[in-house]
Amino acid sequence: MNGRCLAACSRLATDKLAVLLLVATLAGCAAAPARDDPFEPMNRASYKVNEVVDGHFVKPIAQAYVNYTPKPIQTAVASFFGNIHDFVSIINDFLQGKLDKAGNDMGRVILNTGFGLGGLIDIASEAGIPKGNEDFGLTLGAWGFPQGPYLFIPIWGPTTVRDGTGSLVELYMGPVGYIPDVPLRNTLYGIGALNARAQALSAESVALSAALDPYAFIRRAYLQHRRYLLYDGKPPPEKDSQ
Amino acid sequence: MSLLRPSMCRFVPIGAWRAFAIAIVGFALAAFVQPLAHAAAGEAPDVLVKRVTEEVLGLIKSDAKIQAGDQARIRDVIESKLTPYFDFDRMTALAAGRGWRNATPEQKKMLADQFKTLLVRTYSGALNQYRDQKIAYLPLRADAGATDVTVRTQVQRPGQAPVQIDYSMEKTSDGWKAYDVVVGGVSLVTNYREEFTAEIQRGGIDGLIKALEAKNSGAPAK
Repeated sequence: MNGRCLAACSRLATDKLAVLLLVATLAGCAAAPARDDPFEPMNRASYKVNEVVDGHFVKPIAQAYVNYTPKPIQTAVASFFGNIHDFVSIINDFLQGKLDKAGNDMGRVILNTGFGLGGLIDIASEAGIPKGNEDFGLTLGAWGFPQGPYLFIPIWGPTTVRDGTGSLVELYMGPVGYIPDVPLRNTLYGIGALNARAQALSAESVALSAALDPYAFIRRAYLQHRRYLLYDGKPPPEKDSQ
Repeated sequence: MSLLRPSMCRFVPIGAWRAFAIAIVGFALAAFVQPLAHAAAGEAPDVLVKRVTEEVLGLIKSDAKIQAGDQARIRDVIESKLTPYFDFDRMTALAAGRGWRNATPEQKKMLADQFKTLLVRTYSGALNQYRDQKIAYLPLRADAGATDVTVRTQVQRPGQAPVQIDYSMEKTSDGWKAYDVVVGGVSLVTNYREEFTAEIQRGGIDGLIKALEAKNSGAPAK
């Protein structure tokens, strides 16, 4: 379960895929999905499970939260968890040697924690210091770990082997993982998850209205967006773009 | 009178009142077509994006019907204010790839029309979702003579990282037109290329047109 094993596994998978890719290219098929998503049948099944589980339980709660909680409270919750994420971002800025970004994110955490009621008000954004968005999945990417297969996990949503590993490690990068009071810690995890799900609602509704095949649309959008973040907003053109 | 050149003399018999009337109509017309004239007269692409975005957002925020959640009204606004600045033929060609080159003119037209409908529907929903957010317009980085530029904007949301929305724009004979929108690094055209390729493999161009029609008529997605 360590990074080396994961890296080795996906290298093995990459070699096999290279052959598949060659065959697919010779056959004139679109090769991109097969390369990024070798577990597509399993992922599609899990996408279907998610439609039921998320659609019946999680999404209605997130929707109710958005519709019935006063907007200032939603903003405060988003800012609070945003501030925690900024803290995680600082660690990852340093791990990637991005000192200017680290300075930016440290400024945000100091301002918002000290002068924004412990992070409830995002005054740093108001002051024009944009929110950072580094995470451990991106750090692994910056260190040269391959992306690994795309995964769709019920409730959790789209990820990759690399990003999923990053998310697990990240549970212990922020302060929440170290709160000794278990009920409090779990409550914070719960509200954090609700906040994250609520924030995904608008993007999700746009994707669903746009897509002919929502599964493929979400996969493509997720991988493109992660690639964009990995290259700090300036990704080189994709080799298979035509 | 002797100062007038012969060609101008033809206008003299019209009569002052008529000339006046023509001038009034002219001014009125100019006021109506001003947005179009702007575009044709070389309005810079970043200026155009800002003007059109602010205009549409202003309309959405002030329109009572839209505030009440009238999707059809939002679509009207987008159809009249926004679509003139998009090159749907080019977007469709880019998304359909090789399939486009092999399509007949009728198929091309049907495909572009259906794609346009889908994009307008999607964009209406998106604008409605994001209408309360603040938009920043980033400085344009392009040479003065460039004919293909990227106009960058940013949607700012409290507690979340800003979302960058880039418009790929090309200078055409009737002003700048967008042929791709890139949201947080996700290119609309590239995203559709994968889906379009899959549909074309399954049922050809006609299959793709049918799939888009089904989607646009609100039939449940597969």
